Amino acid sequence: MYLNANNISYAYKKNKPILKNLSISIPDNKVIGLMGDSGSGKSTLCKVISGYIKNYTGTVTLDNNLIETKDFYPIQLIFQHPEKTMNPKWKMHKVLSESWNPPQELMDTFGLKDNWLGRWPNELSGGELQRFSILRALNPKTKFIIADEISTMLDAVTQVQIWDALLDYCKQNKIGILAVSHDKELLEVIADDILLFNEINKL
Amino acid sequence: MTKTEEKHKKFLNLNLRTKTLLIIGIAFLILFSVFVSNYLIDHTAVLTSNFYNINQPPSFEHWFGTDWMGRDMFMRTLLGLGISIGVGAFASIISTIIAILLGVFSSVNTIVDEAVTAVIDLFGSIPHILLIILVSLAFGGGYYGVVMAVGLTHWTPLARVLRAEIKKINTSEYIKLSTEFGKSKMWIAKKHIFPLIISQIIVGVILMFPHAIMHEASISFLGFGLPAHEPAIGIILSESMKYLSMGYWWLAFYPGLALLFLVLLFDLIGENVHKLLDPQSAQE
Repeated sequence: MYLNANNISYAYKKNKPILKNLSISIPDNKVIGLMGDSGSGKSTLCKVISGYIKNYTGTVTLDNNLIETKDFYPIQLIFQHPEKTMNPKWKMHKVLSESWNPPQELMDTFGLKDNWLGRWPNELSGGELQRFSILRALNPKTKFIIADEISTMLDAVTQVQIWDALLDYCKQNKIGILAVSHDKELLEVIADDILLFNEINKL
Repeated sequence: MTKTEEKHKKFLNLNLRTKTLLIIGIAFLILFSVFVSNYLIDHTAVLTSNFYNINQPPSFEHWFGTDWMGRDMFMRTLLGLGISIGVGAFASIISTIIAILLGVFSSVNTIVDEAVTAVIDLFGSIPHILLIILVSLAFGGGYYGVVMAVGLTHWTPLARVLRAEIKKINTSEYIKLSTEFGKSKMWIAKKHIFPLIISQIIVGVILMFPHAIMHEASISFLGFGLPAHEPAIGIILSESMKYLSMGYWWLAFYPGLALLFLVLLFDLIGENVHKLLDPQSAQE
C-alpha cells in the first residue's frame, strides 16, 4: 500500500504559500525521513497529510483512493508535545482507550508502567506521556504514522527504546512511517530514505 | 522528633484536600442551618411588636438588640438572611440556564458567536443597578420581581467564561485528535467538553450567589425591591437609617455584618470548590 500526496499547496495567508506543488509517496514497508529547517512548513505538511488541515489543494490518497473522513483516520499524526493532545481531566487509561486497548505485551515493550494508567496527564513527564500518544496512534486501523519530532524531548536511552519498539511494531503490522526531524543522525539510523523538505517543496 | 510529636503535627497539618473539604463542609453547614431556621421560626410571633422592650441594646436575651417596635433583631436578621439565600438560589438558577444556553449556542458558528458576544456586551454595558431596578419594576416588583431582575442580569460573566472555555476546548489538539479517531460530535460534546465545563458551571453558580445577594439587598435598600413588611436585610438597613443618629447602632451594625458574613461564606465555598475541581491544584 502506498500513501501518496500529490501537488499539495497550502497557504495560511493569501499570496504567501508555505507549501507549493509538493508531492510525496510513502510505501507501507519503509520509514521515510523528512528533514528541514524550523518554520519551513514540515508540521503543516504533516497536518495536511493526516487530515488536520482540510482546505488545501491537491490530493492525499491511499492506493489512489481518497480517504473517508467520518471514520477512524488511517493516517495518524503523533505530535511533538504530547501534553497538548490529552484531555487534562481524563486519567491515562481513558486517554489510551479512546483509541484502543493495546495488549499487555505491547505496553511492556513501550515501557508503560501499570500505575501510570491511574494518573492524570499532569502527573506524568513529557517522555512518559509521549509513550502513551505513540501507543494510542498504533490502533489496528492505522495504516501510516506521521511522526512529527516525536523524540525531541526524550533522552538518548529512551529515544532508542521508543523508536525500537515503534519500528518493530510497524514492520510487523505493515505500517509506513514518515519521520520528521531536524536531527540528521537520528534519521540516518531509523530511515530507509531521507528527503530534504526544501527540495520537494517547490516554492 | 518523637513519635507522639509527629502524630500531633500530622493532626494539625491535615492535607490540603481534607482541609478544603472541611472548610466547604463547615461553611455549607452554617448556610444550611440559616436557611432551615427560617422554616422553624414562627414568623408571626417573632415579627409582632412588643412595646415593653423597644430599642434595647444587645444583651444575652436579645443578641442583636431590639428595634423601635420591640422586635428581636437577631430573629429578624436570621429571617432576612433566609430570604437572601432564597433570592440568591432562584436568581442563580435563572442566570446559569441563560449562561449555558448562550455559551453552547455561541459554538455553532462564527455569526452566532458574534451575535452572542454582542448580546453579552450589550447587557454588560448597562449600569447594573439601573437595569435591575428597571427589570424589577417591569415584573411588578416584590419577591418575584427581584428574583427575575437579579436572575436576568447576572448571567453575563458566566456566559462569557463558558463561551471562551468552549472555544478553547474546541480548538485544542485533543478534540481534533478525537475526530481523527472517528468519534462523533455528540460523543465529543458528551465525553470531552461537558466534563471540562461542568466545574466552571458549578463554581460560576456558587460565586454568583454573593453578587445576587448583594444586589438584592441594595435594591431593597433603595426601595425598589422587596416590600417593606418583609424582614429582608435591605429593608432592615434602610429602616435603621432613621434611628442611627439616635445612637441605636446595633440596628444596622449586626444585620450588615451578618450579610457580609453570608456573602463571604459563599465566596469561601466557591473558591474552595474551585480548588477541588481543578486537577492542577486538586492533587497538591
